[in-house]
Amino acid sequence: MRDLRLALRAGGGFGLGLAFFLILAVLVPLGVGPEPEVLARIAPGVLWVGALLACLLSLDRIFALDYEDGSLDLLATAPLPLEAVVAIKALAHWITTGLPLVLVSPVLGLLLFLPGAAYGWLIVALLLGTPALSMIGAFGAALTVGVKRGGLLLSLLVLPMYVPTLVFGAELVSRGAQGLSVGTPLALLAGITAGAAAILPFAAALVLRINLR
Amino acid sequence: MVSIWQYANPLRFMRTTDWLLPIVAWLAVAVTAVGLIWGFFFTPDDFRQGATVKIIFLHVPSALMAINAWIMMLVASLIWLIRRHHVSALAAKAAAPVGVVMTLIGLITGAVWGQPMWGTWWAGDPRLTSFLILFLFYLGYIALWAAIEDPDTAADLTAVLCLVGSVFALLSRYAAFFWSQGLHQGASLSLAPGTRVDWAYKAPLYISMTGFGLIFVALVLAGTRTEIRARRMKALVARERMA
Amino acid sequence: MMPDLGRYALEVSLAYIASLGLIGLLVLWVWLRGRAVRRALDELENDRSDNA
Repeated sequence: MRDLRLALRAGGGFGLGLAFFLILAVLVPLGVGPEPEVLARIAPGVLWVGALLACLLSLDRIFALDYEDGSLDLLATAPLPLEAVVAIKALAHWITTGLPLVLVSPVLGLLLFLPGAAYGWLIVALLLGTPALSMIGAFGAALTVGVKRGGLLLSLLVLPMYVPTLVFGAELVSRGAQGLSVGTPLALLAGITAGAAAILPFAAALVLRINLR
Repeated sequence: MVSIWQYANPLRFMRTTDWLLPIVAWLAVAVTAVGLIWGFFFTPDDFRQGATVKIIFLHVPSALMAINAWIMMLVASLIWLIRRHHVSALAAKAAAPVGVVMTLIGLITGAVWGQPMWGTWWAGDPRLTSFLILFLFYLGYIALWAAIEDPDTAADLTAVLCLVGSVFALLSRYAAFFWSQGLHQGASLSLAPGTRVDWAYKAPLYISMTGFGLIFVALVLAGTRTEIRARRMKALVARERMA
Repeated sequence: MMPDLGRYALEVSLAYIASLGLIGLLVLWVWLRGRAVRRALDELENDRSDNA
């Protein structure tokens, strides 16, 4: 809870990821050209890649501050298990970056001429997929918490792990846009998020304990 | 009772590899040379693919070793996490650069082969893409090793990364197949009856696969020896600083 | 001696040269690094025995 309040009060990462997402949606048409058909074709992928990168921006803050001022040591010995702390921190990260992305994504879809049928699926896909991004990111942040200037390393570690989420998420939106059946990517996306939420807190807590040793 | 755990002792590992490494290394050179020379000079051209079929003697062994290297790292990481044998962690570290090069060779030979056959250097093909992702996983693994100062912490963290990364690498492979159907032919080396590859190609192919395997073993042994020495050096320096 | 590679001569030779070159580089790197570390360790151990 404390994290949530702090993150909301600090607000920095909050706006930053969002602004980045917006800039990307503005830049892509400028780079690709204004043809609606082309943009509509690539919109799901662009939005998903944008979400991935926006998410990445604030990852290194998940544990870095607490690690530096030593409060992570306190949390590790607190009655609340470290696994739960990790899960809460990932949730806080999702609420401050993932959720806003989901909320503004329809507006950005408009900028990219996303077909009307896809909006619902865009929101569903991002809603289902972004928690996995935060959880995987928390694991990556836990791995690199002891590394100074670990931002680049963090992206190198985390981005390959984002591949399945990206593929299924973007596929879900494209299929939704074309009115095809969305069952398989939907189930797989949900499965990845559920699996990540179930297993990664333990892996991340394990890694944090190693780093705090 | 002689068991594999004896080699978890760095000293014993060093003593054994002292005589084993040259043997494996020269065997690797010899077997690979036989396989590749046979493959390059003494195999007939395929009636459809022409001489490009000769690339198979590089492509398949390197791709095989690229995957096997990761599996070996996974096993070594597990052994390190469970039984805390330093040699195991250092062997995993030594295997990563070999895996990177094997992946790179697989990708390059694939591109060079794909150019005349499919008319393109690169295709949004699931096998190709999952290999590229594997390459990225290798880079991340090596970068994490390099970034962390304390050797035991680095070994622990990279081992966990290897475990979690394996799951995601598998998922990515599955995702890539979902993403695109692809140009790459299926594995044509299956042992099932009615195999599609003729013995004229199979014999040199198996030989070069063995050769690449031996190259991998030799390089990992050599790399592990280096890592053990580097580790000892670090410990000595640290002890001197304490004194 | 050189087999007739037909119209794919460039591709095939390129694949062989690139692969063998990469393996060669890797072997060289492993060997050089091994030698450097071995020498550094030997030096360190000699220093210690001199002091003692």
